[in-house]
Amino acid sequence: MTYIAKPLFAHPSLTKNAVGFTRRDYEGRVSTLCAGCGHDSISAAIVQACFEIDLEPHRLAKLSGIGCSSKTPDYFLGASHGFNTVHGRMPSVLTGANLANRELIYLGVSGDGDSASIGLGQFAHAMRRGVNMAYIVENNGVYGLTKGQFSATADRGSKSKKGAVNHDSGIDLVAMALQLGASFVGRSFSGDKDQLVPLIKAALSHKGAAFIDVLSPCIAFNNHAGSTKSFDWVREHNEAVNHLDVMVGRAPITAEYAPGEVISVAQHDGTVLNLRKVAADYDPTNRSAASAFLAERNAAGEVVTGLLYIEPDAEDLHDNLDTVEAPLNRLSDADLIPGSAALAKVNAALR
Amino acid sequence: MRALSAVNDFVVKFANVNGSGSASANGLFVKAILRSGVPVAARNIFPSNIQGLPTWYEVRVSGEGWLGRRGGVDLMVAMNPQTWDRDLAEIDPGGYLFYDATKPLPPSKFRKDVNVVGLPLTALCNDAYQVPSQRKVMKNIIYLGALTFLLGIEREVVETLLAEEYASKPKLVPANIEALGIGYEYARANMPPLGLQVKKADGVGDRIFVDGNTAAGLGAVYGGATVCAWYPITPSTSLAEAFTDYCKKLRTDLATGKGKYAIVQAEDEIASIGMVVGAGWNGSRAFTCTSGPGISLMQEFIGLSYFAEIPAVIFDVQRGGPSTGMPTRTQQSDIITCAYASHGDTKHVLLLPEGPGECFEFGAQAFDLADRLQTTVFVMLDLDMGMNEWLTAPFAWDDSRELDRGKVMTAEMLEAGADFGRYLDIDGDGIPYRTLPATHANKGAYFTRGTSRDRYARYSEEGAVYVDNMERLLRKFDTAKQLVPAPLTRRAKKQTPYGVLFYGSTSPAMDEALEQLEAQGLHLNAMRVRAFPFSGVVFDFIGAHELVFVVEQNRDAQLRALLINEGGVDPARLVKVLHYDGTPITARFIGGELKARMGSTGASAQGEMAK
Repeated sequence: MTYIAKPLFAHPSLTKNAVGFTRRDYEGRVSTLCAGCGHDSISAAIVQACFEIDLEPHRLAKLSGIGCSSKTPDYFLGASHGFNTVHGRMPSVLTGANLANRELIYLGVSGDGDSASIGLGQFAHAMRRGVNMAYIVENNGVYGLTKGQFSATADRGSKSKKGAVNHDSGIDLVAMALQLGASFVGRSFSGDKDQLVPLIKAALSHKGAAFIDVLSPCIAFNNHAGSTKSFDWVREHNEAVNHLDVMVGRAPITAEYAPGEVISVAQHDGTVLNLRKVAADYDPTNRSAASAFLAERNAAGEVVTGLLYIEPDAEDLHDNLDTVEAPLNRLSDADLIPGSAALAKVNAALR
Repeated sequence: MRALSAVNDFVVKFANVNGSGSASANGLFVKAILRSGVPVAARNIFPSNIQGLPTWYEVRVSGEGWLGRRGGVDLMVAMNPQTWDRDLAEIDPGGYLFYDATKPLPPSKFRKDVNVVGLPLTALCNDAYQVPSQRKVMKNIIYLGALTFLLGIEREVVETLLAEEYASKPKLVPANIEALGIGYEYARANMPPLGLQVKKADGVGDRIFVDGNTAAGLGAVYGGATVCAWYPITPSTSLAEAFTDYCKKLRTDLATGKGKYAIVQAEDEIASIGMVVGAGWNGSRAFTCTSGPGISLMQEFIGLSYFAEIPAVIFDVQRGGPSTGMPTRTQQSDIITCAYASHGDTKHVLLLPEGPGECFEFGAQAFDLADRLQTTVFVMLDLDMGMNEWLTAPFAWDDSRELDRGKVMTAEMLEAGADFGRYLDIDGDGIPYRTLPATHANKGAYFTRGTSRDRYARYSEEGAVYVDNMERLLRKFDTAKQLVPAPLTRRAKKQTPYGVLFYGSTSPAMDEALEQLEAQGLHLNAMRVRAFPFSGVVFDFIGAHELVFVVEQNRDAQLRALLINEGGVDPARLVKVLHYDGTPITARFIGGELKARMGSTGASAQGEMAK
């Protein structure tokens, strides 16, 4: 399975980013997913995004659950520590890892089975706690590794490859993330790299719970007529609300926009998000309006994509817990052990 | 009629209604006796309920310092009409019944062999107080006043305690002292002192009075825990609360006011252990505390911690099982489920503290062991030691002690060319090196997974690779035997073919039972097991005796099963002595059982085995 390392050979003319890495330095092992899988496009988008924001690969920790999507962290960022946890429980493990060291960047990769079925509870609670992370769901509406059962995000009326019709309502993780208090919510499509890469860049530089739902058709089990998660269906029904450009620190704003067309949002770490409007009057900083817009377009059969909501000055779990700035995993014995004199006082209070 | 007579050696049981405010009065009663220098063992017997159901508080006054339950009741303070009949029945012949005599009761409601002490409590209270809420609270203080006189406790001692109790609300002090006086004066004017008396002594010394959950929470602070993720469950909740309180006091950064700790009340036990595993993976000392149902929910993650080798500490405050069982009663019934938690072949380290002192000690040590062994370490408390305050030696800490972080490979080691294989056994002790995320820019990163992998953390389902790893995990478990707390032996004064093994909260009752048996000429060597995996000393002990009793507080003799399974011991040599009705084991029970069986032959022990 996932043991084939890519050759390290790289052409000397490969461009380096500001921290001295080439795009190849962000790659991982050779993917073992089906040829043409949408998930591989997402892995490539993650590689591109990390390269472009000048991230030192080892400063990121990648965590996943179980399933096709959760295998992908082996296929990007080979110089990062990775953790393939248990089914549906990546959010709690990521939360604990984040508590231990608040300085790293945390990327959670999950799937629709992992996050919307077995892991719905943990997904919800990680969002409402404001864990500082980028959480990507590679959403194909189907269980791939076990060969084609519906997942909880499959739309009602959607047809399986074997012809069964799904009679349960589909869970919309974007709507849930909005309701639960995620401070960055986006949706994209694995086939639209131009839209996806900036979204991942923005999510990785966001402070707080950043969620991206990426529709990622399963070419083996969910890419047929009658499926609402196929390449054709998503392309036909995709309605982007905006186009995003991410400006990292010193990067100059190159694009020229007519007045009123662009919303600029400065994030906690100094990155600036320029959002070029597509849908008229769509305000991505208004949570309730975003929810209402989504519900309305969803009812009309559209798949709304783009940066749907952002709260640029969000607080994260560490802010709420009021923990020290230094990572907890680096505190010294002197920081941690109160000593015998303090213990004598504790004893005295217990007599 | 016979009237029991004793100084500093009797059992008082309070029968109350839950939520009536009796707990603080009963607590003051115990503190007053302790302040008189007389050792006390006190146990709450409470329902899974906030208001209305019966609750009992059993206080053993023991000048000799016995801290287990004795069994039997000498003075019943019967404040709950719902349980009157059973409370009355529990009093030893010649004992005393203290009750509210405001309303007359027919003679059929009493026993001829019990001395009746009736205090018109409701009448006294209603005369003195008009406000219902005041009546409810002060009623308890009035009976405390009467008992103070009847048992010969110094009134000033109780008054001082009331002043300390309400130090933050000084207005309440005179009112409480007045209520105490109402009961005290009525008793002095109308009743003779009881035959049971408290006499000032010097038997307490510098000992502290504390429950095991508080001690374990404090131990986690001293053990360097920085992440606590937990979900409320009786009887473990107060452990997380104690950790929180002590962190606020002892782990707040003075300059910034920020916490050098993170505590998350998770959405359930699965998320709790998930956070612990995530934090442990990332190099923080992390724990959760729970009880049996939580352990059941955590199984999958415990297996991940075992197989992916991630440090974690779980405090299991055991209660009556199975299922929801008896949530507010005590048992030692999670031993097997913790020792072999999760699917596949697993074994886990268990620490078995005997009371609050070791809850602190093991509570701190567990984190060193988890880091050293890179696995889950269980600290097995139970409700009896966890939620009841026990008299114990003051906590001690050696300031020269350093936290043992185990084998963590640093950037310097990687830079110097160390061969990093996450599951590579370099030292032959089965323990590999690990790296923490972000250690080095391009060395030492690896992919952690619950699937099978080779010594360099590369996925593999090859049989030989899998077996190599599983055998190393066994070597690691073998290493653990040298690191965990060793068993403690108490030698009999005379040569004997009998031995007895016990663990955990059975300890105080066992100490007393052994002394009683010795006084009767019955000798046993005793060993207190303090951890799993078992040290070889345990099996040597079994081998040195013809018959070994294994005393436990569960139905299925779980520790005995572990001994047989792990040590290949002949089951006929290990005799079950089991107490599992949910109440703490008593010296009377242990003494009675051992005495009855020591006379019998090996044949009847065989019969017991076959039962």
